[in-house]
Amino acid sequence: MLRLDSLSQHYGDQPVLHDLSLTVPDGQLLCVVGPSGCGKSTLLRTVAGLLPAREGTITIDDTPVTGVPDRLAVVFQDYGRSLLPWLTVRDNVALPLRRQGLRRAERRAEADRILDRVGLTGAARRHPGQLSGGMQQRVAIARALVCRPSLLLMDEPFGSLDAQTREDLEDLLLEVHRTDRTTIVFVTHDIDESVYVGDRVVVLTPGPGAKVALDLPVELPCPRDQIGTRGLPEFVALRTRVGRAVRTPGRAQV
Amino acid sequence: MSGAPTHESRRPTDHGAAARTAHLVGETAARTARLARGALLRRLVLVLALTAWQLGARAHGSVYFPPPARIARHAYDLWFSGPVGHAFLTPAAVDTILPSLGRMAAGFVLAAVVGVGLGILVGRSPRAYALCDPVLQFARALPPPTLVPVFVVVFDFGTPMQLASIVFSAIWPVLINTAEGARDTDPLRLDVAAVLRLTAVERLWFLLLPSALPRIFAGLRLSLSLCLILMVFSELLPGTANGIGFALTDAQSRSDLLTVWAVLVLLGALGYLLNTGLLAIEKRLTGKRSHERRSKGSHKSSRTESRKGRST
Ligand SMILES: Nc1ncnc2c1ncn2[C@@H]1O[C@H](COP(=O)(O)OP(=O)(O)OP(=O)(O)O)[C@@H](O)[C@H]1O
Ligand SMILES: [Mg+2]
Repeated sequence: MLRLDSLSQHYGDQPVLHDLSLTVPDGQLLCVVGPSGCGKSTLLRTVAGLLPAREGTITIDDTPVTGVPDRLAVVFQDYGRSLLPWLTVRDNVALPLRRQGLRRAERRAEADRILDRVGLTGAARRHPGQLSGGMQQRVAIARALVCRPSLLLMDEPFGSLDAQTREDLEDLLLEVHRTDRTTIVFVTHDIDESVYVGDRVVVLTPGPGAKVALDLPVELPCPRDQIGTRGLPEFVALRTRVGRAVRTPGRAQV
Repeated sequence: MSGAPTHESRRPTDHGAAARTAHLVGETAARTARLARGALLRRLVLVLALTAWQLGARAHGSVYFPPPARIARHAYDLWFSGPVGHAFLTPAAVDTILPSLGRMAAGFVLAAVVGVGLGILVGRSPRAYALCDPVLQFARALPPPTLVPVFVVVFDFGTPMQLASIVFSAIWPVLINTAEGARDTDPLRLDVAAVLRLTAVERLWFLLLPSALPRIFAGLRLSLSLCLILMVFSELLPGTANGIGFALTDAQSRSDLLTVWAVLVLLGALGYLLNTGLLAIEKRLTGKRSHERRSKGSHKSSRTESRKGRST
């Protein structure tokens, strides 16, 4: 279980997050939505232990987060920069396994297994620069999944992909979540995506000093599908509520 | 019966193969000719200059400016007419070229290893960078040969003095370039390394060195030419008993202009070959990321896309 307790964060003396509290139960897929610049990336960086919390605490299973937590994985927004262009796709994906003391052959086999799962079987020996944007983001997802994280943070992972690729990757993510029951915090600026993917959607107020504006459980039938789910009246109602909260955070407060 | 048709049917194919071979040979010849012409064109100025030099020197007949063909012949006789077992090197060459190359290689490797190591350290720590930057700029601004008198006093004449001169001149370009390369490491990739919890050594090997590599090689190329300069310069001083620089002063004292010219040509050729070798190594090490720029480009365009997406 991930707990944020009255978390505040600043850059210099500019406040970004203010008194933010949130509890994410194990296995939940939480979507975080908010206007650009409100501090979503800052929130993820703080949870990942890359930025020390200015005030308040973050705990994972009652252990306070001080450095980068164990069994944490992050998918960054800029797939082009987050992969190492001088390593092959397979070596990029196998990189997190070095800590686990596996032998080279085992690391490679494990990397190939996970590449299979994200549909990149043939690309193992290529370099990231030779792949399309969607494929590169798949590599980044494979690298995040390879060491079986218990907490997965994703920062607008599909933000810069075309609609088709994006829908494919959303379904891949749902499939991974269904089988692994990983706790996922998924940041997005796309309201439809947050409702389609999430078990729960949290809307942040615009900064400075962002806090939770809306905390909404998403109770949609669970094997979701791109056409059917998005056509449900419940889906439309939920996305309307989230949309309102993003546009006029003051009035939509719950 | 079964043999005949195969034989019959093979003949035309044989003809075809022969024709194809002939065609191939023709094509290869044509390609070779084209390549040769290309190489010649690219070296046109060099060839013209050599020809002009040859003709001018022959016409003038001055002992101070021997024609290049004579210089080449002399260099060959001096150094490269040895036995096959010694890679065609004559004893004179073993005495002249090898010690110089040895000192230069030792100096270059030392400067490269220490320069890259210190450069990464300085580049990765903002405080160290702020502290060292003025010193580095000062050290870089010193004309390298002016350090030699200092080392003559400190080490006396001989190989230690020569090595110290080479290392202390060649280290700055590598150090400064490596430091800047390490400082420019993409902060997002540093976050990635932190999240993957790479050890310090893994971070160095998989992230810092590869991303600084283009800058490191830019520094190494500068260092290499400095090594050559300092190698010769330190050998011009008294107290040296062998080496290319020694051959130069020795020939000069005997007024043997032909050997002086041969040494100059040898130095030019050495510098060219060493630089070519370094470029080849660089290409091998960084070749795989020729695609990196493309991925950066796609990243940029994806950024604008995401902006568009956001505004809707
Ligand atoms: N390294 C930094 N130094 C100073 N200020 C920063 C830094 N990074 C972010 N900020 C500021 O903090 C605020 C929140 O930034 P953050 O990147 O967390 O927003 P975001 O919600 O992720 O935005 P987006 O949706 O555009 O990615 C912004 O106002 C930004 O200007
Ligand atoms: Mg962000």
